[in-house]
Amino acid sequence: MIIVIFFKRYYYPIMAKNNKLFERNVPGSTAILQKSVVAIAGCGGLGSNAAVALVRAGIGKLIIADPDIVEESNLNRQYYFQSDVGQKKVDALTAHLKAINPEVIIDAYDKKISRDDISEIFREANLLIEAFDRAENKLWLIEAWCKAFPERAIICASGISGLGNTDELRIRRAGHIYFCGDEKTDMSMGLCSARVAVVANMQANIAIEILTKKG
Amino acid sequence: MLKINNRDKIEWNKGMTVRDVLNRMKYSYSLITVTVNGELVLKEDYDSYKVPEKADVIVFHLAHGG
Repeated sequence: MIIVIFFKRYYYPIMAKNNKLFERNVPGSTAILQKSVVAIAGCGGLGSNAAVALVRAGIGKLIIADPDIVEESNLNRQYYFQSDVGQKKVDALTAHLKAINPEVIIDAYDKKISRDDISEIFREANLLIEAFDRAENKLWLIEAWCKAFPERAIICASGISGLGNTDELRIRRAGHIYFCGDEKTDMSMGLCSARVAVVANMQANIAIEILTKKG
Repeated sequence: MLKINNRDKIEWNKGMTVRDVLNRMKYSYSLITVTVNGELVLKEDYDSYKVPEKADVIVFHLAHGG
């Protein structure tokens, strides 16, 4: 009896809500995505926006990592709000993702990850979204991921800055490595919300494509 | 011949390394990632990795921003 009451009061409403949440998804995609795990290295402009897109699509679990605190200057492009300023990015992002889908599982690492962490922290992930800001960090992450998981995809971003030239944003692929962006523009040019979000969503879109193709 | 970035073609020589390909293509920017036939070549191996004939070489440029 107690179990039935618990189910009706707590579990069923969540299930019912999630059935509605994903009812406009592409048929057949939700069940696959709910069984999938995506890792995101960095929770800035790329990582936070890609995470939101993946959760809205129905991803079952995210592994996120970032050592930073939310600053007001992040709000021009990152998925945070004034009330998040001063909070750890991974905590604020987890709250926003759970506000979209309370059932999504988030493993959050509030730390600056290194080469040595990759095989342990991301071992469950089907693929990785690279969302670092410094190019030299992108480089070691790609090398470490390909060494640890040579058969799993890594979706990188390079060239997301400035304004205009939207038609130069592209996706290039070699083996399991994907690159989104124009591979030219540098953050010293300044960062615009729309352009950063376009590339973050290109990354999320490729992740969804890979996961749903594998089934 | 080697195909670079699905576009350019350069002559292949026996024993040619990734570093030789980058020099031939005049790539001097250090923040790049290179694949040969879809496989990543570690930066530390650019001088020793021998590129096979008819290989597809892709060079990705890494720009700051995230």
